[in-house]
Amino acid sequence: MYDPTVARLTYRALLGRRRALILCALPVLLIVISAAVRSFAGADDQVASDLLGGFALATMVPIIGVIAGTGAIGPEIDDGSVVYLLAKPVKRPTIIFTKLIVAIAVTMAFSALPTFIAGMILNGNGQQVAVAYTVAALVASIAYAALFLLLGTVTRHAVVFGLVYALVWEALFGSLVSGARTLSVQQWALAVGHKVTGGDLVTSDVGLPTATVLLVVVTVLATWYAGQRLRSLTLAGEE
Amino acid sequence: MAVEQSLTPRGEQTRIHDIGYRHYDGPRLGRAYARRSLYSQSLRGSYGLGRSVKSKVLPMLLFVVMCVPALIMVAVAVATKAKALPVDYTRYAVIMQAVIGLYVASQGPQSVSRDLRFKTVPLYFSRPIETVDYVRAKYAALASALFVLTAAPLIVLYVGALLAKLDFADQTKGFGQGLVSVALLSLLFAGIGLVISSVTPRRGFGIAAVIAALTISYGAVSTVQAIAFEQSSSSAVPWLGLFSPITLIDGVQTAFLGATSAFPGGEGPSSGQGVVYLVVVLGLIAGSYGLLMRRYRKVGL
Repeated sequence: MYDPTVARLTYRALLGRRRALILCALPVLLIVISAAVRSFAGADDQVASDLLGGFALATMVPIIGVIAGTGAIGPEIDDGSVVYLLAKPVKRPTIIFTKLIVAIAVTMAFSALPTFIAGMILNGNGQQVAVAYTVAALVASIAYAALFLLLGTVTRHAVVFGLVYALVWEALFGSLVSGARTLSVQQWALAVGHKVTGGDLVTSDVGLPTATVLLVVVTVLATWYAGQRLRSLTLAGEE
Repeated sequence: MAVEQSLTPRGEQTRIHDIGYRHYDGPRLGRAYARRSLYSQSLRGSYGLGRSVKSKVLPMLLFVVMCVPALIMVAVAVATKAKALPVDYTRYAVIMQAVIGLYVASQGPQSVSRDLRFKTVPLYFSRPIETVDYVRAKYAALASALFVLTAAPLIVLYVGALLAKLDFADQTKGFGQGLVSVALLSLLFAGIGLVISSVTPRRGFGIAAVIAALTISYGAVSTVQAIAFEQSSSSAVPWLGLFSPITLIDGVQTAFLGATSAFPGGEGPSSGQGVVYLVVVLGLIAGSYGLLMRRYRKVGL
């Protein structure tokens, strides 16, 4: 199910050249802000929770997920070079699975790790805030990567639709309509983070069983359907 | 043939062969015409006009999403005979900033990245246009497209307010202030979007980079502002707003256009700080124009 060559090529496409710059810029910004906040406000659990929840988990993780998830397959389909990959005797679900693993690894490395470091800088893991948000970021990375990888196989405007989901649905509707929060990867991840630490600072609107089931279902379904999409992929010309 | 050749003047004998194409001897429309065409084509392209149906979907969808809340507000105001609109003219763009950001991110790269990727830029410059014409046409086109996007809901609100028989002078003043603010916003966002997307020939990457620049900076600024406000150091709040495009616009309109700030606690900048905001906004617009000129000085040639 895992093809090392496909993985190596995907890593190179994701981390090559300028793409790595934007992936690095966000974590660096988070850590700089955390250091600045710590030096201004001192260690405060509520502040740490606000910053990690509002900036790291709500903004940074989805955007890294969009870049890594769609970037793992989107550009190849876009410029047509995916035919050379599809022409090889590798099963298409295997290709998707390998690309998913790579996308998850990249998203985790660039979102969960900085979240943990930022949490340690902010309040030295007081009340388990840093660990809770790191776990949430890890869980969210998996679901986001699977979701956005699927988008990459479905539409040429994957980045836009991914961002629409991440920014408009989760941030805008999520803050206005409470029902939208049930269908939000961010809240599912928060539910897991809440359970892991059991603290009061990290809360979610979704119960743990619902969240876990939905996370697993979304990830598996998205991966399966992406494999199906790739099996019947037709290369459209430039619009 | 031989006779003809001997009759031609000496200078033209160097020609290898004349295969008899007719020369163009109609009117030459010149540089201004080419620039106008590039402008109108880019502007139409920003809404998918003259392009495939697929590429019409997203800009039109965003345009509709932008206008629908205004329609709903107007309908509510008319039905309930409200004394004022639920939202100020100047506040509307700040509320809908996610949609505006998505529009810039999707149409900025569409406007310039594809020219780079398919190497059509040299073809533009084989026409009688110069770098400055290309940059101005593209910049003006994206700024106009953004202005259409942001001004349309304001017009809806204004017409609705007049239909609801709200005070004419008051509404007209607010409408004018709103138009100035969205004009500034259009110029600023178009500049930032074009500078970022002119660096990369890949459309998807351009989209991500533009949205990251707009959203991440806003996310970072608003988070830090909220923390500064909670830590009761409210004096720092207006200065922090200098670091993201939408808070810059918010600050300028709070200081000069009678808007209420969306900053935490409504801690908008004073008039003195407002001058700094205005200088930064104008500097960013001029800076992005300068960067674009630099970028296209010798692109693809």
